[in-house]
Amino acid sequence: MKTNLVYFAWVRERIGKTEEEIELPEAVVTVGDLLIHLRGLGEEYETALQYPDVIRVAINQEHVEHDEKIAGAREIGIFPPMTGG
Amino acid sequence: MSTPSPTIRVQAHDFDLQVEVDALTGGRTDIGAVVSFVGLCRGEQGKLSALELEHYPGMAETEMRRIADLAIERFSLIGATAIHRHGRIEPGENIVLVIATAPHRQAAFDGANFIMDYLKTSAPFWKKEHAADGTAGNWVEAKDADDTAKDKWR
Repeated sequence: MKTNLVYFAWVRERIGKTEEEIELPEAVVTVGDLLIHLRGLGEEYETALQYPDVIRVAINQEHVEHDEKIAGAREIGIFPPMTGG
Repeated sequence: MSTPSPTIRVQAHDFDLQVEVDALTGGRTDIGAVVSFVGLCRGEQGKLSALELEHYPGMAETEMRRIADLAIERFSLIGATAIHRHGRIEPGENIVLVIATAPHRQAAFDGANFIMDYLKTSAPFWKKEHAADGTAGNWVEAKDADDTAKDKWR
């Protein structure tokens, strides 16, 4: 299944892409699994996601925890803690 | 009585506080209190030339609406508005506006405070600083104090 990933702020800058569509292996079940999988894709991903505890994730534009299952996700947003307001 | 629907906008251009207050109060006689908060860009003693506000289009509006709906429900607000700017914002310019209206002042104060506390930690916006000396920008770091501020509403 192909999933659209969108990146923001320093996660976007470090990965060097705004968004991409990727094919996820079946072993990638949760958000946590996804972050580990992405870190294996290259140095830029490793740099962006080296501290997974601070990374925030949204599935279909709703905040989720790292133990959330990603089955059925059309869009997964990956970004640092928010600093608006 | 139907639940009020908040006014939510994410925009590059500035907002007008009085226009937004009038939009909430115009033609009504049930409002006894209006509390507004405007967040501005600080110049940091001349060290900052601008902030660049990035957001997650779609999710930013959805999350702001969710937060405002929670505040309306919790504090029985008559109305609420939340407007957040994006793009390049210079010192002295407006960044964010929150307005809460209610029959009495406590609900309006609490409603506006609640919306701001949640907006800072849950609405997908990120600030990048551009230094006055032209050096590369730093992303503003999230503050633990903002999480603590939000947690007081639990």
